[in-house]
Amino acid sequence: MNHPFELETAKNPESLRRIVIEPVSRVEGHGKVTILLDDDNKVHQVRLHIVEFRGFEKFIEGRPYWEVPVLVQRLCGICPVSHHLAASKAMDMIVGAAQLTPTAEKIRRLMHYGQMLQSHALHFFHLSSPDLLFGFDSDVAKRNIVGVAAANPDVAKMGVLLRKFGQEVIRVTSGKRVHGTGSVPGGVNKALTPEERDYLLKDTDQMVAWSRDAVRIIKQLHRANPALYDGFGAVPSTMMSLVGPGGELDFYHGALRAKDKDGETMFDQVSYQGYNSLLTEGVKSWSYMKFPYITALGDENGWYKVGPLSRIQTCDSIPTPLAEEERKEFVAYGAGKPIHGSLGFHWARMIEMLCAAETIRLLLVDEDVLGGDLMVSGPRRQEGIGVIEAPRGTLFHHYRVNDDDVVTYANLIVSTTNNNTAMNVAVREVAKKYLNGRELTEGLLNHIEVAIRCFDPCLSCATHAVGKMPLEISLVDASGTVIDVLTKNESGEIRQIRA
Amino acid sequence: MSNGQDTKSFFLDDEEIPFEEGQTIIQAALTAGKYIPHLCYHPEFKPHGSCKLCTVRIDSRTITTEDGQTVKIPGRAAASCTTPAQAEQHVESNTPELLDLRRTLVQMLLVEGNHFCPSCEKSGKCMLQGLAYDLGVMSPHFPQYFSKREVDATHPDVLLDFNRCILCELCVRASAEVDKKNVFSLSGRGNTKHLICNSESGKLGDTNLAATDKAANVCPVGVILHKRHGFEVPYGQRRFDTAPISDNPVQYAPVKEQV
Repeated sequence: MNHPFELETAKNPESLRRIVIEPVSRVEGHGKVTILLDDDNKVHQVRLHIVEFRGFEKFIEGRPYWEVPVLVQRLCGICPVSHHLAASKAMDMIVGAAQLTPTAEKIRRLMHYGQMLQSHALHFFHLSSPDLLFGFDSDVAKRNIVGVAAANPDVAKMGVLLRKFGQEVIRVTSGKRVHGTGSVPGGVNKALTPEERDYLLKDTDQMVAWSRDAVRIIKQLHRANPALYDGFGAVPSTMMSLVGPGGELDFYHGALRAKDKDGETMFDQVSYQGYNSLLTEGVKSWSYMKFPYITALGDENGWYKVGPLSRIQTCDSIPTPLAEEERKEFVAYGAGKPIHGSLGFHWARMIEMLCAAETIRLLLVDEDVLGGDLMVSGPRRQEGIGVIEAPRGTLFHHYRVNDDDVVTYANLIVSTTNNNTAMNVAVREVAKKYLNGRELTEGLLNHIEVAIRCFDPCLSCATHAVGKMPLEISLVDASGTVIDVLTKNESGEIRQIRA
Repeated sequence: MSNGQDTKSFFLDDEEIPFEEGQTIIQAALTAGKYIPHLCYHPEFKPHGSCKLCTVRIDSRTITTEDGQTVKIPGRAAASCTTPAQAEQHVESNTPELLDLRRTLVQMLLVEGNHFCPSCEKSGKCMLQGLAYDLGVMSPHFPQYFSKREVDATHPDVLLDFNRCILCELCVRASAEVDKKNVFSLSGRGNTKHLICNSESGKLGDTNLAATDKAANVCPVGVILHKRHGFEVPYGQRRFDTAPISDNPVQYAPVKEQV
């Protein structure tokens, strides 16, 4: 990889052809990719733009603090639990709940690991497996979950039922599959009844078994084509995540650890209460999404990756045995070096899904989840910071609350934002390698989207219906004349219109 | 119909409803277990007649024209919370026309304020939301007002979120009639009408409202909220989670002593 900002800005954009992939499909939310090419189809500029403006940080201001965990989760339809819990952790500080009751903490963990399971299953099976199973430039009409169901019904069924189980865990702990209210400042509003516990417990062995199968599938894909899987969209970079006090993988709580691109520890056990000085949120005029970086390293060298590929490699161990076994095999595959290939995200993601399934099984046999001690409080504070490992990576929530109990300041760094620079670098690498000098095809452009999908970005934290995303790709010559257009309508039909 | 003693009766949607002298139509109906949708009516306070949700038609007639056509002449429309029940009256409430009008009224209330149910603590126990569900309101229909209204968080124990006020005046009546404090009032006219606090600063924190006052516990929507309490009741256990608002009319009936 060359300079991280190579291909970010062309020298003479006005004389170049502009290709737009909008919206990027099979990701959460709306984004677009612009590619500037010269007359020889040489790539000069590639940018992933996040074009939605949500404004949550602003309209949380003025609201009472106890409303925030329920309000802010509406940011997302796929991983609202992460926002619900990160906000709750911040508000725990506001209400002086330094240590939750065992029941409250374990119910929250159960909710969170249920979400990790359903989100990872959704991403791998529904959104990414069509590319991986059929090929990046395979028949686009079949390159979707319906095509997977037709060709590999057992794989599709596994994906659907894994996700369903994760959502059931969320429903039982928070009241609803999406946007529940289970977590409140200082604790939770309900524990499990024995009937609810038994209802979930009966399926856990199957979920663990299917999660192991999922890891096997992605390992087979890696081994079948190591050149592609190791090199595609490789982004050697710093990796950051929360880890537990013993360096173990922990999605709910911990301290920050970062390793450099060679796997050397840069910092460890840094309290996330100091995130504001540790990180700086850079801005660029062409995107609504910020570009965070490690302050001490500056914007050029301080950008980093978060999410499964980072977590599996920053931690020293995974607390559940089957996932730990898989982590060791993953690390061994790197032969002493970190894995930075973007497709490695999927392998790491499936190991995490296995960890989530195993953890849910353990939590459900813990009697604390049936307890009745749900809430604590203590001396009131005015500032709270809550950080959690969301499915897509580290998620920061920071609030200030005045004496009247109203929020006066909110700052969120969502997981996908942390990966902004890394995603841009990945799509530039792919564009340079696969698009340079070639004639435009849907399959080639899908390579760009495949690279973005590896990161499982949640571009606006909004959901969309699979197969109903209209897509238009236009090829415009240097004078601005449209010479080639590919369109996909709402029923998935693709047409090419030549000028 | 009269039984010759104290109890008389009228007909509500063709069903005989007994009533006692002095009862309004809604009081008699709710006592008899027949729900009439309402928002500003409360069994403990003087009827107000402002929300119009409880509007019924009284004594509609059917006539036959000279050419033999049967035509229904609608009876007079009246708020059932302020109209005394009378013997032999024929009252219509559950008709397509009145249900349509009630849906429209609820839709107008929903767009006039900023009712973001997903993040409202009163969701699941809010009478406006409960009525909307019960009446089958599927969309706001009208353009949203997006009124800009700040919350008043100056009181140590109670927060006012004016975004959700439906001007039912229950808090006004509770404060005046029960608490004897006159903490709340309505000000302005037409679409500028709004709830105010009776203090020099206009802030709730400068009134003598106590969290235990009737006025602090009577709001049917999410305006008057107790601070530091939110979402403590899980889904499935909230007031309207298990049964719709119309399912138990007697809970809204006047207690016997107050009849």
